[in-house]
Amino acid sequence: MPDPYSLRVNGVECEVTDTDLAESLLFVLRERLGLTGTKNACTEGECSSCAVLIDGVLTCSCLVLAATAAGQEITTVEGLGDGRDELSVVQEAFVEEGAVQCGFCTPGLIVAVHDLLEANPEPSDGDVREALSGNLCRCTGYGRILAAVHSAAATKRSQP
Amino acid sequence: MSDVVVAQSLDEAREALASHPDATVLAGGTDLMVEINRGLRRPRRVVGVAQVPELRRWSVGADRVVVGAGVTYTEMMTTALADAAPALAQAARTVGSPPIRNAGSLGGNLGTASPAGDTLPVLAALNAEIVVVGPDGERRMGLDDFVVGVKQTNLRPGELIVAAELDRPRGRQEFLKIGPRNAMVISMAGLALVADHDARTVRCALGAVAAGIPRAREAEAWVAGQIDWDNGAGVDDAVADEFGQRVAAASSPIDDHRSTAAYRRHAVAVLATRALQRAFAPGGHGDA
Ligand SMILES: Cc1cc2nc3c(=O)[nH]c(=O)nc-3n(C[C@H](O)[C@H](O)[C@H](O)COP(=O)(O)OP(=O)(O)OC[C@H]3O[C@@H](n4cnc5c(N)ncnc54)[C@H](O)[C@@H]3O)c2cc1C
Ligand code: FES
Ligand code: FES
Repeated sequence: MPDPYSLRVNGVECEVTDTDLAESLLFVLRERLGLTGTKNACTEGECSSCAVLIDGVLTCSCLVLAATAAGQEITTVEGLGDGRDELSVVQEAFVEEGAVQCGFCTPGLIVAVHDLLEANPEPSDGDVREALSGNLCRCTGYGRILAAVHSAAATKRSQP
Repeated sequence: MSDVVVAQSLDEAREALASHPDATVLAGGTDLMVEINRGLRRPRRVVGVAQVPELRRWSVGADRVVVGAGVTYTEMMTTALADAAPALAQAARTVGSPPIRNAGSLGGNLGTASPAGDTLPVLAALNAEIVVVGPDGERRMGLDDFVVGVKQTNLRPGELIVAAELDRPRGRQEFLKIGPRNAMVISMAGLALVADHDARTVRCALGAVAAGIPRAREAEAWVAGQIDWDNGAGVDDAVADEFGQRVAAASSPIDDHRSTAAYRRHAVAVLATRALQRAFAPGGHGDA
């Protein structure tokens, strides 16, 4: 059993005790810290529904050994909105454009799109497709997701 | 030592491994965590090396490029390393997806030693020397000596991959790969080709079509005599086609869940022809 450790998630220090060495960050976020926004689908890096930011870097949380993330700044989808009831610009655009059907892929996409627009405020179609190439959605066919990204980018650019 | 050490320096990683040579080295986790999540591996001790600054470094010299084991695919694509080792950048861009490229590292690709590891043909074509350190000090070896079988390396207990040192020849470089999609695919066939206008050689290595990472040495020697090195004219179609056939002869593919041997051999020929034509397309002759 590893020594207890502490994870900094969305600005809050969370103690993690009685863990197994083999636990992924995804497992700890969901099962130990109750942060179920981050989704668990494949646990092999294939779907990005578990995407989080670690020290600002887009990462599949299923491929992070939880204990090694101590001391880093972890941001989950719960940490991206502006408070509990306020949607972020990206979330708002997903709703407006109908880019959500079952919603299972949505949290991972929201995190990935935040990351993309941070680095590239005016992405081309090709940029968006490449940035989201690891995010699998079985419902939407991606067209509305693409539209939502461009819409979010435009809204962000128009903001002061 | 606690069960998990997140090393902050090379010395710390070496010491942790020296006292527990059975500990598992963890870099970006994109191979190892898949196995852990599937329950195929249950390490008792882990030494995390992703935050070791010495392993995250790279440097570009006049004719050698040193890439630290911890350098990620994203870094290979987006830093000045991409100009110094263009085929490495091209290979990096084909790996997985952005989050996989943010975490996955050169050292992890070497440590896994899959025949489909996309950086491996590039390392072979750039005459890479793999640098490892362990309880008995430093060892250096070519890729052929490092990768000893399918997913088998000659790393000894307690050893750490530190870096790969690559040639920096004057000439174009190509990496090409075949898979069912443009992203998130493991190679069905991969190929790296490097032109060296000073040595007047072409070097070509193959991925996913043999147990190891073969160099197409017969084809390399033949094509070097067919190139118009002085005038920078492109290669004839007939030469490019024959080069493809000769390179394919260096492969020994198998049928598996990703592809068939026959398709792989065909794909290698197409990739080799294409890579040669691109590397010697008129214009920009001699410049990387
Ligand atoms: C969705 C997905 C897509 C992928 N796509 C591709 C692809 O297109 N092409 C490709 O080639 N690979 C692909 N991979 C595999 C993987 O991303 C690469 O092999 C990557 O380079 C592994 O690096 P890592 O840092 O994550 O290694 P880890 O998983 O941390 O380690 C891998 C192995 O190397 C050892 N190791 C790591 N660093 C060192 C070191 N410094 N010294 C000694 N041993 C070390 C570890 O002990 C382990 O055995 C993919 C993986 C996933 C999950
Ligand atoms: S659950 Fe992590 S990528 Fe699918
Ligand atoms: S909306 Fe159902 S998986 Fe994307």
